[in-house]
Amino acid sequence: MSPLAAALAPVHQKYLLQARQMQALSFTVHIPLVAFGIAFPVMVLFVEWLHMRTGDPLYRTLARRWTRLVVALFAVGVITGTILSFEMGLLWPNFTATFGGVFGLGFAIEGFSFFLEAIFIGIYVYGWDRLSPRAHFLSGIPIVITGFTGSLMVISVNAWMNHPGGFRLRGGKVVDINPLKALFGNSYLWSELIHMYIAGYMVVGFLVAGAYAFGRLRGRWGRYERTAMVIPLTIACVAAPVQVLVGDWVARDVAVDQPIKLAAIEGLYKTTNGAPEHVLGWYTDGQVKYGIKIPHLLSLLAFHSYNAKVQGLDTVPASQRPPVNVVRFAFQTMVGIGTLLALLGLIYLVVRIRRRRLPTSAWFYRAVVLAGPAATVALVAGWVTTEVGRQPWVVYKVMPTADAVTGAGGIPVGYATLVVTYIALGFAVAWILRRLARAPLDLASGGPPPHPSSDPATA
Amino acid sequence: MLQTLPLVFVLAGLVLYVVLAGADFGAGLWLLLGGRGERGASVREHAHDSMAPVWEANHVWLIFVLTVTWTAYPTFFGSVASTLAVPFFIAALGIILRGASYALRAGTTSPRELRTVDTAFAIASLVTPFALGTVVGGIASQRVPIGNAAGHLFSSWLNPTSILIGTLAVVSSAYLAAVYLAADATRVGDRELEEAFRARALGAGVVAGAAALGGLIVLHGDAHSLFHGLFRGAALGALIASGLAGTATLALVSRRHFEAARYSAALAVASYPTLLPGLSVDGAAAPHDTLVTLVVAVLAGGALLFPSLGLLFSLTLRGRFDPNAEPHTPPTPAQVLRATTGPRFGARLAVAFLIAGVGLLNAASAPWAHAIGVVSLFGFMITAFLEIAPQALAGDS
Repeated sequence: MSPLAAALAPVHQKYLLQARQMQALSFTVHIPLVAFGIAFPVMVLFVEWLHMRTGDPLYRTLARRWTRLVVALFAVGVITGTILSFEMGLLWPNFTATFGGVFGLGFAIEGFSFFLEAIFIGIYVYGWDRLSPRAHFLSGIPIVITGFTGSLMVISVNAWMNHPGGFRLRGGKVVDINPLKALFGNSYLWSELIHMYIAGYMVVGFLVAGAYAFGRLRGRWGRYERTAMVIPLTIACVAAPVQVLVGDWVARDVAVDQPIKLAAIEGLYKTTNGAPEHVLGWYTDGQVKYGIKIPHLLSLLAFHSYNAKVQGLDTVPASQRPPVNVVRFAFQTMVGIGTLLALLGLIYLVVRIRRRRLPTSAWFYRAVVLAGPAATVALVAGWVTTEVGRQPWVVYKVMPTADAVTGAGGIPVGYATLVVTYIALGFAVAWILRRLARAPLDLASGGPPPHPSSDPATA
Repeated sequence: MLQTLPLVFVLAGLVLYVVLAGADFGAGLWLLLGGRGERGASVREHAHDSMAPVWEANHVWLIFVLTVTWTAYPTFFGSVASTLAVPFFIAALGIILRGASYALRAGTTSPRELRTVDTAFAIASLVTPFALGTVVGGIASQRVPIGNAAGHLFSSWLNPTSILIGTLAVVSSAYLAAVYLAADATRVGDRELEEAFRARALGAGVVAGAAALGGLIVLHGDAHSLFHGLFRGAALGALIASGLAGTATLALVSRRHFEAARYSAALAVASYPTLLPGLSVDGAAAPHDTLVTLVVAVLAGGALLFPSLGLLFSLTLRGRFDPNAEPHTPPTPAQVLRATTGPRFGARLAVAFLIAGVGLLNAASAPWAHAIGVVSLFGFMITAFLEIAPQALAGDS
């Protein structure tokens, strides 16, 4: 391919690194909320369905209390997502100006998906007690579907950035654009999408279960709390082992399509037949020091072959390599946590099958309390792996990130402002979650409280 | 023709954003100007309740405008966003503050907390439309050259036209909201609220009209071609329509025909975006195939969107979501959950799904095998979840 001629003339930006960090911060804040958008409505609907089948008011109380969480977290997700779409122009105008015609469609469709999600969340939340039970339950279904399609669209763009196609460069110009092929005819999309979708269930399942497991350690352990913990925990514990299998699929796609990212993940400097894998350690001077070396494992994992050739970092100039230790550390964090979570899931499943009951050890519940934050860390670490591993490219091997950045001044000011704003937002979310958790439990009827508040969602 | 069709979508999206989200911003403003004491509290409560079920959906029109613009007119979008980075960023901060205070409101317990959250919401509702208005002003007065941050970082949006349009955005939002809220107050049958918002609608209507007329003088001085463009062709028609609809709204509001005023007020404000002949799109449109796909996607999306939006609005406007609406008391037939089926059929199915999934996803390498493998693994997760029967497990312990 000829070198790219960007739509706008690239401008030297002194604060490129800050712009990237600002983007990374915005993603880090938004992605856990996406997980809630994906998985939480499914859990709420399952509980509502239990109520429809049994008439047990406990399920109704639980579904309504979780609905309040859905409202608060969706509102925060709406705004942090809006910030991301603003940053497409604020930070990376030349990326959007040059390739908007290729990937923009993905976001346009995502816009509709988001629209339907917002509409049906409005109907679902305010429809409690106002719609017939069946209509109310049905109004939740589009939320589940749009949670999936939204992820599909956003990840179709990200997969395209990692494995670009659906256009050609002629004289540096982007021509022969086929947006559908670019977004959906991409072998890279599916593994990334499924990996993220399952991660959403793990994060939400462990976080929600963790909150009630914490309550159990403090002695709150009625049937309500058990139900509220067991449903998300079961989802997460079933998803966690499957995620290991899906992760293997993702890694093999990366090995084929982004060999340099794989080399960075493993700290492999020289192209090697039968490449070893290093667990832990630090990459320096072209090798991993202090790591535990397992011969041939990388070739086995990446290509399912004992002596497969794995491309090294030395096959590209130093300027085209991502920062190896950041990528390695993020990857090992994700895999390490993911493995532990899968083990936790297996323990739960074995106890369920063998003993037909919940685990009784306090250690299990302490682990569940930790599993939520750990899953969130793994989620973010996974995104760091794929996004930093793509560097120095914004569009892999086509457009350098440095060419995409804005020429506008004031990035450090914007970055600092966003840091302060998001810290405040973090406190605000923590405050609202505590408040919602402390609202008195009305188990008797599961209906609205005696003094209906102005806000139907707060029943 | 194909090159301008997405522009029609963008303008339509802008009109809907101004008319729908504008009213939500306005409702936020009235939180600040609700007055004191118990009456002020009920004014704020009403302003909040009317907007709560719809604001997220209305907000998405902004996302629609952004995404269609960057898909169809990428160079234009890149130029605008980089030159006008500051007002965009301010609008972004306003949007964060708005969403956060909306989420926080559900957790407030004391009047003081409520007051703080409402003030934050009101400030955000003031800042966001003003900042977005200055963006429109910067584009309309041709202060955004094509290029990566090629225009001035500050004078591109701190100029007479931008400040005028920012102010108009705020004032007309307040006006729209007051009219809608008066109509909603009539529906819930609260005379006192109805009067409160009638007075606000009349006041804000006069201020909005005066600002629009005064704005002509500003435009004459600052954006000459924009000013002259107002008196030609479609813009002139929109100008007249806006003036007539605005006057009609005042008459309708003063005679308490709020339901009709809702639509005439929307019409008066809806004309604003079409009034901007300077709001042309510079730079190349995306290539043919992209535009065709985009148009198909927008039409298909619209076919799903409008019925859904219609459902939300009809439920809201018919008062089904009002706080004092008749609750639907669900019949709760007490049934017992059926015992889990048969001799562990589900467990065997789950294991079969798992084995198939591992084989096809992790051992095989053909794309079709991977596809079936993924479906099998989802089959495993669902059957395993149902087989574990978490609800029964929770009851046992």
